[in-house]
Amino acid sequence: MGALLTEEHRARVGTATSPVTETVTRREIRRYAVATRQRATRYLAGDEAPPLFFQRFFEDIPSLDELQPNGQPSDPLTHGLPLRRQMAGGSRITFHRPIRPGDTLTATRTLTGLEEKHGRTGAAIFCTIEMRVTDADARPVVTEQHTRILR
Amino acid sequence: MESTAPDRLGAIAEGDALPERTFTPTIAELFLYSAIIWNPHRIHYDMDYTRNQEHYPGLLVTGPLQGDWLCQTATDWMGDLGTLERFDFSHRHPVYLGETLTASGRVVTKDATTGRITLALELRNGAGEVVTPGEAVIRFATT
Repeated sequence: MGALLTEEHRARVGTATSPVTETVTRREIRRYAVATRQRATRYLAGDEAPPLFFQRFFEDIPSLDELQPNGQPSDPLTHGLPLRRQMAGGSRITFHRPIRPGDTLTATRTLTGLEEKHGRTGAAIFCTIEMRVTDADARPVVTEQHTRILR
Repeated sequence: MESTAPDRLGAIAEGDALPERTFTPTIAELFLYSAIIWNPHRIHYDMDYTRNQEHYPGLLVTGPLQGDWLCQTATDWMGDLGTLERFDFSHRHPVYLGETLTASGRVVTKDATTGRITLALELRNGAGEVVTPGEAVIRFATT
């Protein structure tokens, strides 16, 4: 066991992406609220973002030429790992305050763990990625520990 | 419905069940969600690719979308009087387009001193399997 991840792969733990700064708009919140079937008026009106709005708000916008055959852009934190089929594993999220239109927020993602498992259904690599979102005054807004599974 | 957070907190008891809600996503809905989160992964819209290259029997319902539905079970129950402090979820089974999911939850712990409520949440498929379990911590002001 332990055949998948090399020392070179494991040395990536601790790597962070460049911070991404974006300003939240009411329109973006309303689109998210409709696509996720929110019921609360404050979300549908775009006065406040639904709690999980932040999760993909800071995605890179790569050129179409950078998309892989599966349609996805490669993530610099997990690119080149030996398994390619990706699935969302789960998230642990701490909310410090709600997100509202006009907020200028900065997100930084860090690879915090790589672990390989060999089970009944084959081998898998569990990647843990921490995302910290802060506001314009550098105060914490939300922190997420996300697990992505490669099979 | 109680009009203040302390009144609302007082009316909550451990074991209380949250209102259930069902979700039967359509392909247009999955498309709009993928568009808003800028997710071009083909397993959510390209059936030939999904079947032949990734070997799934159907288009997959996006994991974080299931997480959001589970989160709404908590925030709809909480209403305007509570604050969501923590939310955790994980995926146990793939969910395919065409399935109906049922979201449910219950109050596990209540701390009247801090106003914190812990909720156990789950998203089940038609076979009754828990596809996405979760947990939320919500706080209601005590004064």
